[in-house]
Amino acid sequence: MLHDPTIALSRFGLGPRADQPAPSDPRAWLRAQLQGADPLGLSGHDATNAGLAAVSAYQDMKKEQREENGGKGPNQTADKKLPNPLQQKFNSDTVAYCANALTTQTPFRERLVWFWVNHFTVSHVSLPIIGTLHPFIAEVIRPNVTGRFVDMVLAVMRHPAMLNYLNQEQSFGPNSRVGLRRGKGLNENLARECLELHTVSPASGYTQADVTSFARVLTGWSYEMKNEPLGFVFRPQTHEPGDKTVMGRTWPEGEEGGVMLLTWLADHPATHRHLAEKLVRHFVADVPPEADVKRIETVLRETNGDLGATSAALIDLAGAWQPLTKFRDPQDYVVASLRAVNLPVENAHMMPAALKILGQPLFKAPFPIGWPDRAADWAGPESLLQRVEFAYQLASRMPQIDPASLGSTILGPLLAADTLAAIHHAGSRRDALALLLSSPEFQRR
Amino acid sequence: MSRMSPLPQLNLSRRAALLGLAASFTLGRASLALASIPGDKRFVVVLLRGAMDGMSAVEPYGDADFASLRGPLALDAAQRLDLGGYFGLHPNFAGLHAMYANGEAGFVHATAGAYRTRSHFEAQDYMEAGVAQRIDNGWLNRAVASLGTPGGRDIALSMGLAAPLLLRGAAPVQAWAPEKFATPDTDLLARIAALAARDPIIGPPFANMMAQRGGPAPNMAATPGNDNDFAVLADAAGKLLAAANGPRVAALEIGGWDTHQAQTRRLDVQFKILDAGFVALKAALGPAWKSTIVLAITEFGRTAHINGTNGTDHGTAGVTFLAGGALAGGRVLGTWPGLGASKLFENRDLAPTTDVRSIAKGLLQDHLGVRAASLGQIFPGSGDASAMRGLVKA
Repeated sequence: MLHDPTIALSRFGLGPRADQPAPSDPRAWLRAQLQGADPLGLSGHDATNAGLAAVSAYQDMKKEQREENGGKGPNQTADKKLPNPLQQKFNSDTVAYCANALTTQTPFRERLVWFWVNHFTVSHVSLPIIGTLHPFIAEVIRPNVTGRFVDMVLAVMRHPAMLNYLNQEQSFGPNSRVGLRRGKGLNENLARECLELHTVSPASGYTQADVTSFARVLTGWSYEMKNEPLGFVFRPQTHEPGDKTVMGRTWPEGEEGGVMLLTWLADHPATHRHLAEKLVRHFVADVPPEADVKRIETVLRETNGDLGATSAALIDLAGAWQPLTKFRDPQDYVVASLRAVNLPVENAHMMPAALKILGQPLFKAPFPIGWPDRAADWAGPESLLQRVEFAYQLASRMPQIDPASLGSTILGPLLAADTLAAIHHAGSRRDALALLLSSPEFQRR
Repeated sequence: MSRMSPLPQLNLSRRAALLGLAASFTLGRASLALASIPGDKRFVVVLLRGAMDGMSAVEPYGDADFASLRGPLALDAAQRLDLGGYFGLHPNFAGLHAMYANGEAGFVHATAGAYRTRSHFEAQDYMEAGVAQRIDNGWLNRAVASLGTPGGRDIALSMGLAAPLLLRGAAPVQAWAPEKFATPDTDLLARIAALAARDPIIGPPFANMMAQRGGPAPNMAATPGNDNDFAVLADAAGKLLAAANGPRVAALEIGGWDTHQAQTRRLDVQFKILDAGFVALKAALGPAWKSTIVLAITEFGRTAHINGTNGTDHGTAGVTFLAGGALAGGRVLGTWPGLGASKLFENRDLAPTTDVRSIAKGLLQDHLGVRAASLGQIFPGSGDASAMRGLVKA
């Protein structure tokens, strides 16, 4: 189809760049991105452990400051002025993440990274998360985007960022040695969200008893931040003794029970269904067509959760090639706009700033469910006006752009005649570019 | 579009409406949406997102099982603001307690919606939809629609990035915005809106936005001393609702209630913020307070027991707050189910004895004048939850 290259770039990719030629064989271009390893992926846990060590060092430094202050707590006024090295590192990693989104030659793969980062949302709400969130993406998400879902789940559930975000390191078996001695108990947070959001979803019919029992299975899953070896650790002294029953099956005591249960959940038919719905919603339409969901569900089942094969199957869905069915959320809108105008990469810091104003601040989703993926959640009058203002502001920085020619480059045959006419009639280049970036066809992908 | 001065300072966002697990409690957690109906009655619904622990807000200290269940989370007797000999209000609700003493605030205990899910996301959708299924419009919007269009009045109005589900639906919504980016002039905006007109997603909101531009700007000068978003928004809501031609219905949201750990410290802050919001709302409404009722609801309550981290997990029944000059207040209503082991719901949660829909139906009928025949459409399938009468001053 005439518009297939534009759809490959916008629906599957992150939006066309004026300096990147449209692919001549869009499907082959997308499939090729699923081959090989993510160039930014890291194996092992070195980055996470370095982050944990930095958090620990920072906490020690604060403690020393408090002690120097006679134990009265840090000097608040002086303290506020000291830059927090963890936050600085996090911010520069975030800008690098954005710079990559602006320039990547594998934007479909990067969209998949974003999808899974959102699926396994960790918001940056604590020091351990600030220290380990970017390593989480590099070591847990990226290496598994074309791997098996079970490997991603196991890596996520063992990562300090997720363990901290959902309070798992604070959950104690009430009958464990530590639980009995210190009178501590369960925290169901991670167990509940793992069932509800990460794997089987409520459609599977699990009960409150399953959530509680799953929380018992996961007791002991924690991480070490102070003493070597850093990172994930299973603490038998906080683990609830005995077998546990979750969703009608018995799981043995120990770390092994959790691994077995997560492995079972990752390949559960309800998980396949849940993931298929989310993927089809993201790549086809807000209301995912049943036939497409069934297709993706089948691929997940037949390949035991092979995400590379599943992603390739998305390319083959006819519905994914219907033009402009998806409304761009702010993240998509901002990155597509900045790519469209070839924003110089040294200005990548504009992206997190704009997303904050447009209501989708990076790594700050307010719920573990992550950001919603439907137009209704993003198309309020207020957000639309803010988009127009963003476009208008961006246009003021790009006086050299010819908006009419940019329009045909980035939208191809999808550029509407009335948009082109409005661009030609605009009073200034700035107005014309703002019109292009505010047009209905550019607000969609 | 007219700009209102206090709002550009806020990071207003729809996302704020969704609760965070963050340890910080202030920025971006509150949001506000408004709508209009005929008449002079004002109605404010506060959505407490994240599941507020009702037994910490309104302690059933008279229940013999309470102290042993709650241990360190229970208040000292000297701290409690008494509500008549069985229940006590958390001390950070001083403003609300003064209203209670004046008969302008009240509580219904052991309330829950029509659903028994313990998922925040499902439960919030159901709470706002007014029915235990996922639909795309809210009960408050349906109530507004049932009352017809007011003459010579601004229609619906929303602040924040999109209205909450509670107020989404057929009744139109307009937007007010913090000014963060340079704004295109009206002419360029009109041309953008003209392009948008062919698009079913962005066409209607653009048309709405254009209709709103040049409309009357409520006087919303910042009130000194407000140090959090929620009180500022409550103040803004009160001023808008007080205006002669202003909206009459508001939905405010505030997150931060999901206290799985360190509950005492976190609720101390949350309660103070919420109390300041009630106080700011009353002050801003001025004489209109006497024709106002405020209903504050949460998606579900929390476990009766403390969990392992000095917090509480997702439960069932909680407490519903009522306030306003039109309220027949000064009472703790509802049927107390008791906290004995055999009384708890599923052996873990406060058992629900009053359906939140009954309270909402009673207020819609007796305060806003919604016809009894419309209540069934506003809350489909709520036949078992009959309207709670007598909540409004005679």
